[in-house]
Amino acid sequence: MTFRFTVNGKSRAIETEAERSLLEALREDLGLTGAKYGCGEGQCRACTVLVDGKPVTSCVTPVRAAAGKKITTIEGLAANGKLHLVQQAFIEEGAMQCGYCVPGMILTAVALLESNPHPSEAQIIDAMNGNLCRCCGYPRILAAVRRAGGNHA
Amino acid sequence: MPDKMDAFEPERYELREAPAHEFALSRREFAEFAGAGLLITVTAAVSPAQRGPGRGGGSEPATLGARLHLSEDGTATILTGKVEVGQGSRLEIAMAAAEELRIPLERVRVVMADTELVPNDGITAGSRTTPSTIPAVRRAAAAARELLLKAAIDPESKKKFDYAALARSAGMAAAYKDTLPAGAVVTPVRDWQVLGTPRNRADGREIVTGAHRFPSDIQRPEMLYGSVLRPPAYGAILVSADLTAAQKMQGVTAVREGAFVGCAARTSLAARKAVETIRANAQWERRDHPASDRLFSYLKEKAVQDGQGGRRPRVQSKGSIEQGLGQSGKKVRAAYQVAYIQHAPMEPRAAVAEWREGRLTVWTGTQNPHGVRDQLLQAFHLAPDKVRVIVPDTGGGFGGKHTGEAAIEAARLAKEAGRPVSLRWTRVEEFTWAYFRPAGLFEIEAGLDGEGLITAWDFAVYNAGTAGIESPYRIANTRTRFIYCDSPLREGSYRGIAATANNFARECCMDELAEAAGKDPLEFRLANIENPRLRDVLLAATKRFEWQQRRKSRRPGIGAGLACGTEKGSYVASCAEVEVKNGQLKIREITMAFECGVILNPANLRAQVEGSIIMGLGGALTEEIQFENGRLKNGSFAKYPVPRFRDAPRMDIVLLNRPDLAPAGAGETPIIAVAPAVAGAFFDATGERARSMPVRPIRRT
Repeated sequence: MTFRFTVNGKSRAIETEAERSLLEALREDLGLTGAKYGCGEGQCRACTVLVDGKPVTSCVTPVRAAAGKKITTIEGLAANGKLHLVQQAFIEEGAMQCGYCVPGMILTAVALLESNPHPSEAQIIDAMNGNLCRCCGYPRILAAVRRAGGNHA
Repeated sequence: MPDKMDAFEPERYELREAPAHEFALSRREFAEFAGAGLLITVTAAVSPAQRGPGRGGGSEPATLGARLHLSEDGTATILTGKVEVGQGSRLEIAMAAAEELRIPLERVRVVMADTELVPNDGITAGSRTTPSTIPAVRRAAAAARELLLKAAIDPESKKKFDYAALARSAGMAAAYKDTLPAGAVVTPVRDWQVLGTPRNRADGREIVTGAHRFPSDIQRPEMLYGSVLRPPAYGAILVSADLTAAQKMQGVTAVREGAFVGCAARTSLAARKAVETIRANAQWERRDHPASDRLFSYLKEKAVQDGQGGRRPRVQSKGSIEQGLGQSGKKVRAAYQVAYIQHAPMEPRAAVAEWREGRLTVWTGTQNPHGVRDQLLQAFHLAPDKVRVIVPDTGGGFGGKHTGEAAIEAARLAKEAGRPVSLRWTRVEEFTWAYFRPAGLFEIEAGLDGEGLITAWDFAVYNAGTAGIESPYRIANTRTRFIYCDSPLREGSYRGIAATANNFARECCMDELAEAAGKDPLEFRLANIENPRLRDVLLAATKRFEWQQRRKSRRPGIGAGLACGTEKGSYVASCAEVEVKNGQLKIREITMAFECGVILNPANLRAQVEGSIIMGLGGALTEEIQFENGRLKNGSFAKYPVPRFRDAPRMDIVLLNRPDLAPAGAGETPIIAVAPAVAGAFFDATGERARSMPVRPIRRT
């Protein structure tokens, strides 16, 4: 079947099985490897992408569920080479060890700040808690989201 | 510093296994291979760990050119066999080179873990990059700098006073071929400009934009995706498999050779579907496999006492344990248990394999690039120059990626398909078929004199391993035994490996001894410590934590505990405050003091300590592999809780800098003091001893 959606501002069409995961379609058919496989069951959110602005776990989202929608992957977040505020904050805070979880972390934080530009510490933790980092770099990731949210504590 | 435990267990950081598969040679390949006269090379490649000086440390490459290149634009390229898995080695190596070359950090490039380009620095393990590879890089860079200075004072080459000119000079070309000068003088700590300053990853932009390609992200032209048929249970042996249906599927390559069965297809989904058709009819012979709910009695039954396979119990004694126990006024006997846990790095094992004209290139996530190259040589009967392993900066290791399973599997599929194949293990595969941190059973008997000093320490360790097995306390009579067991699960390294388990049992027992002596845990330890570095971290942590005040202020359900230890040349002490409410154990705060000699990069050191604390809380509180009938019961993130944002406690970290001491690695040792401090705090809060990791009051069989 053919599925059409907008990915990072461009309309794309892919020919694939309806039950195929959005993650594998993005990575294998469109070469967008920024979204990572971490668990295949929506438990670690390394695969997070934005669908119509909302963070979804693309590993458990079938391609058909994304048809006709606007998808943003980490590759599409910077505008004309200018990093998003959250990306910049991750660099400034050194919020990465191996970095594998970072794309999912950033997109989750972007969605949080879209709906709540100045979240409290508790709101940040609530929003981010589904994202795993096995290097356990949580303190710096929190600092980065705090910074992007305008709280340089 | 000589590593005493090497005498105990020579390959303490490496899982020593032959490749899981060794594939047959075709007639044509055999002719090429035998004709090339390389049969000896192949047999010699069987055990990379036994060869060369590279194990875990920093080998010294033969020439300067093997370590360092200066380019004509003035940038320096450092070549190293170490890998970057998030521990910060790439940055640390770049800092060391920038320091010695006296050039900005931005002008240093580090090429890591490409077996065709870099020297064999051994496996990235055992916290050896800092004490071994960093000095090697510094010496090479200092030697290059000395060449420059020599050129500069030579009147005829005054104009060449820069690295770009030096790079073009005949002198440098000749120097590259020379043996690395032994006497190059490295910059003293007091003059450091780059080392010792806080720096963040230089490639942050690639990470935050998704541009960095991890091993699982590598894509090659015409590449297929692979999937492998796994046994239904541990120990199950494949009796028959029918590939017919899979082979009829469009675009699918299916292969069986021996125990290996796998498929490659245009998409991962198609490859998995093809494997499912084989699984549907595959016949297996099952074996009995023990259940984890009687793991510790099983390990004791399976203790190897007869030296089978060279696995005689290892014993070290000092003084007389019989006399020491006999003279003691008070004795403590206790047994402790440590569960199997899984590393669960964010990126599961992955490899892309590509064959071109008989040469194999594999991009894979491993901590052991040269070792995996040798495994591939063996599995495919290849001459050494026919395999290249490249390790892109990888999504986590923690000691869990010393092996090359995915590389071998991807290469077999790619060989069959005649196209590059990407094989990425699923999370379930990573949980089930990677290896585990060993479980351990500990039996301790210790005695005290009337002053509260330890007179005797009898420490028996089943299965966990020997890292950190020796007590750092001053004890006249000790017996330390390590007893191998037939493990029901595949075991290997882990962050800190056995030092975590050994320190857990030892430090928990120290608390019990303190109680028997009627002393505070801190006071008791201080009375029995002789090592000043260990004393310093313990004093630093307890001072910051305000140990005495907190222990005095009794609050219902709240407790404080502490622990200390040393391993791999660094020293750690921590204090934990916990709350136990409705049977739930919650960590309120961890204070840790850590000392690893002179600090190379305080930002990365702090990140490693923070990461170790939080990762250690997983093993301390929730992580425990459960199995039954040869299958994992909790092999997924849904069933195996690892620390999340909410689980990170308040942390207070004291980094003790010792510019007078050589730097030691720091990625592992902080983890050894987490669980025992939690166990001590649990006792303080509840009055119940926790003698197991994860920490809980009830003892199991």
